[in-house]
This record gives sequence, C-alpha cells and structure tokens, in this order.
Amino acid sequence: MSTTLAICRREVRAYFTTPLAYVFIVVFVALNGATAFYFGNLFDRGQADLQPLFGFQPWLYLILVPAVAMRLWAEERKAGTLEMLMTLPVSTTEAVFGKFLAAWIFTGIALALTFPMWITVNYLGNPDNGVILASYLGSLLMAGAYLSIGGFVSALTRNQVIAFVIGAAVIFLFMMSGLELVLSVFQGWAPGFVVGLVQSLSFLTHYDSIVQGVIDLRDLIFFLAIMTLFLFANVVVVDLKRGS
Amino acid sequence: MTQMLEIEGLIKRFGSLTAVDGISFSVDRGEVLGFLGPNGAGKTTAMRMVTGFLPPTSGRVLVEGFDVATDPIAVKKRIGYLPEGAPLYEDMTPLELLGFVADVRGISGAAKGRAIGQAAERINIRHVLRQSIGTLSKGFKRRVGIAQAILHDPDVLILDEPTDGLDPNQKHEVRRLINEMAPNKAIVISTHLLEEVEMVCSRAIVIARGRIVADGTPLELEARSRHHNAVVVRLPGDQADACRGQISAIEGVASVEVVSDGSGAAQLIAFSQSGGVIIDRVSAQLRGSDFRIDELRVERGRLDDVFRELTTAA
Ligand SMILES: Nc1ncnc2c1ncn2[C@@H]1O[C@H](COP(=O)(O)OP(=O)(O)OP(=O)(O)O)[C@@H](O)[C@H]1O
Ligand SMILES: [Mg+2]
Repeated sequence: MSTTLAICRREVRAYFTTPLAYVFIVVFVALNGATAFYFGNLFDRGQADLQPLFGFQPWLYLILVPAVAMRLWAEERKAGTLEMLMTLPVSTTEAVFGKFLAAWIFTGIALALTFPMWITVNYLGNPDNGVILASYLGSLLMAGAYLSIGGFVSALTRNQVIAFVIGAAVIFLFMMSGLELVLSVFQGWAPGFVVGLVQSLSFLTHYDSIVQGVIDLRDLIFFLAIMTLFLFANVVVVDLKRGS
Repeated sequence: MTQMLEIEGLIKRFGSLTAVDGISFSVDRGEVLGFLGPNGAGKTTAMRMVTGFLPPTSGRVLVEGFDVATDPIAVKKRIGYLPEGAPLYEDMTPLELLGFVADVRGISGAAKGRAIGQAAERINIRHVLRQSIGTLSKGFKRRVGIAQAILHDPDVLILDEPTDGLDPNQKHEVRRLINEMAPNKAIVISTHLLEEVEMVCSRAIVIARGRIVADGTPLELEARSRHHNAVVVRLPGDQADACRGQISAIEGVASVEVVSDGSGAAQLIAFSQSGGVIIDRVSAQLRGSDFRIDELRVERGRLDDVFRELTTAA
C-alpha cells in the first residue's frame, strides 16, 4: 500500500512539473465552460442545473484523457526508467495501480476546478444539488474508465503519440457502442444477446443514467468492472513486455 | 552456508538470438566480481535477469537464498542496482528521486534523511541535490544512479558500467567507494576498463557470446598472458643486439623482442617459455656481463592481451 502511494505521489508530482499539466487543466476548464455556455445554453434554458456541462464531458474526455494517460508507461519505456522502477521492490500491480491512481487524481483535480459553474448555477437559481453531485461522481467514474483504457494502451508502446491515438480510438468505440450507428452493424446477423452485450458496454448509456441523478448500483459496478479489467490487462502487458 | 548471490545455468534467448547462454557463478560477501566482455557479450542481459527485470528463458538466480522467479520482492529488497546508462526520472531533482526510492524501499522518518545524506555524501552529489536531473552532466547522472543503488545499504550490489562517463577523479572516487563497501557486500560490476578490474575486483569473469570463457582472480587471468613473467631490459641501443643474443640463449626464455625508442635507448622484452619465472637467470646473466642496464623489471602480464585472446577466439 505504501509502495502504491509512493508511486502515486511521484506520478502526481510528475504531472505538475510539466507545463502540459497546466495547459490541460486550463483547456479542460475553459472547454467545459465554453461548451456549457455556448452549445448548451446554460443560461437560456431557464433551468438551474449543470446538464449542459456534463452532457459534453464525455467528448472532452475522449481527447483529454488519452493525453493524460499516454505518458504513464510509454514514457518510462522510452526513457529506460522502467528498468529502475521495476527493479525496486515494487510489484507490477502496485506500479499499475499507483500510476492509474495518480492520473485519476490529476483528472479529478481538473474536474473539481469546474466548481465555479456549480456555484454560478446555485447563485442564479435553485438546482438539484443531489443530481449535480451524482453527475460529478458519474463523470469521475467515466474518467477513471477512460484512464484505465489509456493506461493499458500506453503500456503497449514506447511512443506516446501512438498511445494517444490508439487510446482515443478504443475509448471512442466504448463510447459509441450504445448508439444506433454501431448497433446496426450487429443487428440482423448477430444473436440478440450479442447486440445486448455490445449495447451494455456503452459508456454513454451508463453515464447518462448517473447524470440524470439515478445512481444505479449496476452502473457503478459497470465502471468499476471496466477499470478492474483494464488495470488487470495493464499488469499483464507490463509483465509480458518485460520478457522480450 | 549459502552464497550471497548464486546463478545457475542462466539462459536468455531473444527470438533466435541467444544473448546469455548458460552462465553459472556465485559471489560471496567480500567479493567484487568484475564482468568483462566485448560489446554485445550479454553482460547487461545477465544483470537484468539477476535483478529481476528480465525473466530468464531458463536457469536460476538466488539472492541470499531467495529465488528471483518466485520471490522477486525479497530479492529486489536485497539488491542495489545501477542499470546500464543510469536511466533516471529527469523531471525530478536527485533529492526527490532519492526520496522516492527511500519511500518505495520503506525507509522513512529520520532514517530516510540519514540514508539520503549518507548516499549523497559518499558519491559526492550534495551540491546538486536540488538541481533537476535532466540538467545534470552525464557524470553526475551516473553518480545519482549510484547513490540510488546504495541508498538502502544493500547486501548485493549490481553495477552496470558504474564508472562510464566519469572523469578520472570521479572514477578514482567510485573505485575507492567500491573498495570501501566491498568487505560487507557481494558486488558485481561490469566494465570495459581493464585497469579497473585490477584495481577493484577480487575476481573477474570474462564472457563472450553469452558464455563464460574465463573465471579467476585478475592475477590468474594475467598469468595467461604472453607477457606474464616477461623481463623488460632497457639499455643503450648499440648494445641491444649483443644483449639479445645472450638472453635468448638462457633456458626458459621463449623469445626476445627489441623495441627501440627514438632516444637511442632500446627495450628488450624476454618472454617466458611457460609463464615461469626467468628474472633470476636473466639478471644473473646480465650481472656477469658489462652491459649498461638502465632498467630491469618483470611484467605481470597484460589483461588486455588476455581479453583479446579470449574474446576473439573462434
Ligand atoms: N530486448 C532485446 N531484444 C533483442 N535482443 C536483445 C535485447 N536486449 C539485448 N539484446 C541482444 O543481446 C545481446 C547481448 O546484449 P547485452 O546488452 O547484454 O550486451 P553487453 O554485454 O551488455 O554489451 P555492452 O558491452 O555493449 O554493454 C546483444 O546482441 C543484444 O543486441
Ligand atoms: Mg551492457
């Protein structure tokens, strides 16, 4: 546990020693504001809530989360520091978890910095703060799921650009799997349960229900399961790659 | 009594390439083992398997009785390792890096500050502790890498080219440090500098194409050299031929080579036939003659000759 925390601390600090971190946070918060106000008509809707904000977040994450995750393993492999890290008394699981946690904390900080908007809607009206809190939770879970995928992909390569592109592509597939466009590919030939399975993998479906303020245990479990799955895959890839 | 470090039949294949091909040796407390071999011989690969970074294709590594395959954490706790090229987190300062390593190794509180202070002191990096590692010179990076390896005062030290990139003073310092730590540890270093082997190693292993081709003390290895127990005589150039004639006739002398330097003096090297001592007979012979000898000495042997012979043989 203390090892995981030590790695996590180092990684969080590593994020903040690069200007990229601040660029990321500024862009994230600014885009959140922009999308909410301009596309979502935060004010004109005459409703005091943050639906416009949370509605666009999955799309912001699609680009920004792979950018956060891409360096996690690719950078270590490229710089050779992986050798130092993995010859310290650290298990692969601890390293994977510590790094993931750091990326999640970093994204969480960016998300938390959208709080002025929460304050604004409270100032302007009477929003359902329970729903907003649930939305933040949903958003954080979604970011975690994206990050676990991004981290896994980062372990596959030493090239951060490749990690970014492939990470974003995989996340995109998971997002879209609930949409008609994707489902129609399966409909007609695949058995019904396959279509149902693909649909149930959709991030957006699970996310939307949490953001509506309905915290269903199944949605929480879904995101946690995705994270567990990809973190496990991440451990396997790090161990396998080391052998060659 | 188990040895500190025991390696048995270590093999590593990368596809069709066999980088390490059945290496076995053990290192005990107090020993400094020098790993020698040409580029690509498999030194780094072997060290990576010992430290648990690379899983071997087959073979076993035991550190104080713990098997790296089944108990990697126990092994890694007992080893300090400087990887080849000393890769470090460049965005950290040495102080932060050493702090991180201390955290991971479970050194905390006052012990942490003490360990960092001691390591920094021993390897002379105190004044750069707060400078970003990315901006340090190559030699300082190497030293930070060494500091990181000795931070927890490990029983087993594995150093892959520890003096590469250091200036002569720092090379000397690192060798002194290794000598100083040697009595309490089992140390393995790889190097391309043969004089380093003579200076710090109690034993040397030469590997070529993944196999051990020699294993012995530096003296034993030197004894394999053509120059072992050869006698060097310096005298005026005009006496060289006469002297050469006399020495060649001595029993036990295989051959005599003459090297003349520009100053008019000549240097004769009398090679020993079977590596045995010939100085006694040579000096007796010379004493009975009236050559004007400037210098007379025995050669121990040259490691680089031995190295070349061992590693270029088909
Ligand atoms: N990950 C790898 N994949 C494929 N081949 C590798 C890998 N690592 C090392 N090798 C090969 O294994 C052989 C041994 O390499 P190694 O780095 O162990 O040599 P070395 O003795 O340390 O050489 P040097 O003195 O140059 O440091 C080389 O032919 C190298 O190309
Ligand atoms: Mg090497």
